[in-house]
Amino acid sequence: MGVRNQLSLFVTFAKEGFEKSLLVGKFFCCLHVVNTYVCTPALAYGPSMLPTINLTGDLVLAERISTRFNKVCPGDVVLVRSPVVPRRIVTKRVIGMEGDRVSYVADPKSSDKFETVVVPQGHVWIEGDNIYESNDSRKFGAVPYGLIEGRVFLR
Amino acid sequence: MAAHNFLWSLTKNCFTFGLIGLTVSDRYASIVPVRGSSMSPTFNPTTDSFMGSLSDDHVLMEKFCLQKYKFSHGDVIVFCSPSNHKEKHVKRIIGLPGDWIGTPMTNDVVKVPNGHCWVEGDNPSSSLDSRSFGPIPLGLVKGRVTHILWPPQRVRHVERKNHQKRHSPS
Repeated sequence: MGVRNQLSLFVTFAKEGFEKSLLVGKFFCCLHVVNTYVCTPALAYGPSMLPTINLTGDLVLAERISTRFNKVCPGDVVLVRSPVVPRRIVTKRVIGMEGDRVSYVADPKSSDKFETVVVPQGHVWIEGDNIYESNDSRKFGAVPYGLIEGRVFLR
Repeated sequence: MAAHNFLWSLTKNCFTFGLIGLTVSDRYASIVPVRGSSMSPTFNPTTDSFMGSLSDDHVLMEKFCLQKYKFSHGDVIVFCSPSNHKEKHVKRIIGLPGDWIGTPMTNDVVKVPNGHCWVEGDNPSSSLDSRSFGPIPLGLVKGRVTHILWPPQRVRHVERKNHQKRHSPS
């Protein structure tokens, strides 16, 4: 009878283990859904968004609802997947939406010349607040709207 | 009371399965229908307007390639359209960053910039691809197509195909 007892004990343990892991799995799925569809935290660092965001890093909260429904406006700070290095996500401010005429200084350190460009359809023009130290649309052009990951609303 | 309990547990189960299904389809793999004939004969070899969307090919799209954004020439990918982020397109990667692509239309040679790729459909006569909107950022890619799952007579692995005559590596 020892074997039967041990077997039933094992079955009880297995059931409990399965239920606990299902609970953990459900928790991770919930976390993933909230992270992908509602809001996500991010650590933004670097000199390109001074003085809005610190050089050494600021924890920001970005929401994904307004990007899904096309509600991003000029003036919003957004998280964007870099068009140059796709694994990197950068923080920049939206300056112009599709169809807008954007005037910008291409290289503020060397000259004061303004250049004007019309943002193509489905794209946005992003610039860092610190134009002297920012790698943004002035270097790599307008970015497609599909690269926008979230809109920062809390710092 | 028993019916109420049953309904409640049914709702909870549906909700759990929905969450798990959504997570799996976001992170690992999902099934997408292919519309249009820009990838004939690989997908949708016949334009059958009578059957409509029932006869569309449904393919398995895997998302493991998004961990490192590592793609190869000839991969079929699903990406968001650069002109309308709500649309998704299915095309084949012809050029990766650093490749030179020759466009016979404009007699131009274009170098694919860093972080971008050049995509074209298998059916060049009816395909809206990089020949019109230029190279697309790799960040727009949503997944890679590996298998055709529907219709049952066309279930197969999607092969990589190289375009020998169109691209010259740098």
